[in-house]
Amino acid sequence: MIELERLGKRYGATLAVEDLSLEVARGELLVLLGGSGSGKTTTLKMVNRLIEPSTGCVRIAGRDTRELAPHALRRGIGYSFQQVGLFPHLSVARNVAITPQLLGWSAQRIAARVDELLNLVELEPSAFRERRPGQLSGGEQQRVGLARALAAEPEVVLLDEPFGALDPLTRDRLQRWFGALRRRLGLTVIFVTHDMVEALALGDRIAVLNRGCLAQVGTPTELLNAPADAYVAELMATPRRQAAVVDRFLAAAARASEA
Amino acid sequence: MAEQLRLLPGYLTAHLQLTLSALLLAVAIAVPLGIAVARRRRLETPLLGLAGVVQTIPGLALLAIMVPALAMLGQLTQRTLGLELRSIGFLPALIALTLYALLPILRNTVVGIGGVDPALVEAARGVGMTESDVLRRVTLPLAMPVIVAGLRTAAVWVVGTATLSTPVGATSLGNFIFSGLQTRNYAAVGVGCAAAAGLALLLDQLIRTLEAGLRDRRRSQVASALLLLAGLCAWAALGFAAPAARSSSREIVIGAKTFTEQYVLSELLAARIAEETGLPTRTLPSLGSTVAFDALRAGQIDVYVDYSGTVWATLMRRAQLPENRTRVLDEVAGFLSAEHGIQVAAALGFENSYALGMRADHARRLGVARISQLAAHAPRLEIGGDYEFFQRPEWKTLQRVYGLAFAAERSMDSSLMYQAVAQGEVDVITAFSTDGRIAAQDIKLLEDDRGAIPPYDAIVMVGARVAREQPEAVAALAGLAGTIDAERMRRMNLAVDQGGRAPAEVAREFLAGLVR
Repeated sequence: MIELERLGKRYGATLAVEDLSLEVARGELLVLLGGSGSGKTTTLKMVNRLIEPSTGCVRIAGRDTRELAPHALRRGIGYSFQQVGLFPHLSVARNVAITPQLLGWSAQRIAARVDELLNLVELEPSAFRERRPGQLSGGEQQRVGLARALAAEPEVVLLDEPFGALDPLTRDRLQRWFGALRRRLGLTVIFVTHDMVEALALGDRIAVLNRGCLAQVGTPTELLNAPADAYVAELMATPRRQAAVVDRFLAAAARASEA
Repeated sequence: MAEQLRLLPGYLTAHLQLTLSALLLAVAIAVPLGIAVARRRRLETPLLGLAGVVQTIPGLALLAIMVPALAMLGQLTQRTLGLELRSIGFLPALIALTLYALLPILRNTVVGIGGVDPALVEAARGVGMTESDVLRRVTLPLAMPVIVAGLRTAAVWVVGTATLSTPVGATSLGNFIFSGLQTRNYAAVGVGCAAAAGLALLLDQLIRTLEAGLRDRRRSQVASALLLLAGLCAWAALGFAAPAARSSSREIVIGAKTFTEQYVLSELLAARIAEETGLPTRTLPSLGSTVAFDALRAGQIDVYVDYSGTVWATLMRRAQLPENRTRVLDEVAGFLSAEHGIQVAAALGFENSYALGMRADHARRLGVARISQLAAHAPRLEIGGDYEFFQRPEWKTLQRVYGLAFAAERSMDSSLMYQAVAQGEVDVITAFSTDGRIAAQDIKLLEDDRGAIPPYDAIVMVGARVAREQPEAVAALAGLAGTIDAERMRRMNLAVDQGGRAPAEVAREFLAGLVR
């Protein structure tokens, strides 16, 4: 569905992304994983041309993205931003309705779609439709951001740390909810995160980026069992160490309750 | 007071027209310009700098510059496009006020747009907006409260500065203030100030309401503020339509400079033409001194009174004086006709010359009766003069001929000079010899014993168009030759300055007493 071919981005003398080739199958969720400055957000923005690649190309459903005007391309791709980026001067409903409006949907169809999406992201339409983004909690804003990304019924969705700024409980709940949702809708997703556990929980496959280069791509199991280099191995060791800490406490708690 | 209130609707409408036109024009220029340069540092800094420089030019100076600038531009457009530009009146005031209003709107547009979170702009692109969608749906709405705040600043400035557009010939509430100050009619000054302040407060309040409504996203508040502003615009626009319909046949326009005698004479000439010929006339008071001459030459006024010595010294640049008054008159008339196509219809019969005056008791104490006796005392004395005197060639000649060097030269409004010398604020003034306050304030005029000051015969000057096309008007004016002596003029001036009479009324009385 999405092909990145020898993609590169250069800013002056620095290379943000270098010679990156990846494929995402229809209905697959690919996680782009890496530390800050690894080039994962740059890569994501090159897919919908918010950043124009210096070299290489992107094809979606076999078609080079440069064949379309940038705005036309983006209307067909859902995008959720790291900073959410809801428009503060528009109500929740009008934020969600933006892309359908740009596509010229009828008012009736838009209204129905907005309610459908608010229900989908578990925000009661009658309570939330007319609110302003400033009146929402962080979790509610993230969900409206997702609803906006999905509004025009895209097949391809790009998500940049969509659960980044949430407390652990909300984050866990939204992750599980989204995992189920994207399977139900059959979405093709590229998902950027720097959180190992999130990557393992959500990704069909994970692509690890290190300083703009692809270090390894594979299923979570492949990455855990056969890391390609020391960086991937070190990255995969962190959830193991965290799990060991948790296991030790769980075992101690179990012994205490037996005694 | 009733007279002032009768004038109020007309002046207020004119003021509103000037103000709103300048603001709308400034918005139409500054907002697109601000959008174009926002986020482009290399353009933004010099452009805001330039607008800032315009802002530092005093309002009165900016208005004054527009007159010669437009006259030059007008010559160019007339030659190349056949388009005539009016260098006095509404146009120069409009341009100057628009320039004045640009900066706050431009600055706030740039700041407002620059203040929109770049992440929101990227989000707008990300959801599929074109660049113009981004501007229309996101950037401008978010920057709007800041832009409107700039408009509010501009509105208050422009309402105030517009009162200064009277000397360039644009009608405004400033007409109350300028003519009131000249004719010591403080009711007029008060009405003008109160109306200008009220208008400024009203606009400020309306735009503040709009701004707050935009910021808090209260749609009904925004709508009602816009509705009231639109109402003001409609009122001003109706005012434009009315005179346009009326003045289809051309009126003869009689100009006046900014002092009492000129107001009286302009009314007198207008009434005389109307009485004798039935032609429509209109007076345009409170023109700056050189503005009046330029306006006559350019055909924007048709008639005004100037003084032979002024033409001699400032236009002909002659320093040497011929032996007598008549000789000066003849040469001046010849010069005006040959160089500018202006006809001198009549010499009214009196001179209004510059004369150095002192309080009578002060002059007596110093033993000064002639200017030559003043030179020895001058280094310990201060001299007060009208705005232009110390720039005029006559002053250079006086200083040279008598060796005068005063301790200080102070410019002030000509109507305040007499009071200033009477109260000892200054020791000597450059009085107008026909001013009634010379006698009333017991001021002694010093004799020009070396003949440095030229004669200043009051002459009625008629522009080329009227001279050519309306000889009956010229004949009516010619009939006034020699009818006003200095004493008569002094009494008419005093009737306005101290008697509180209206210039038009004094003029009518004079004409009624004139033997046909």
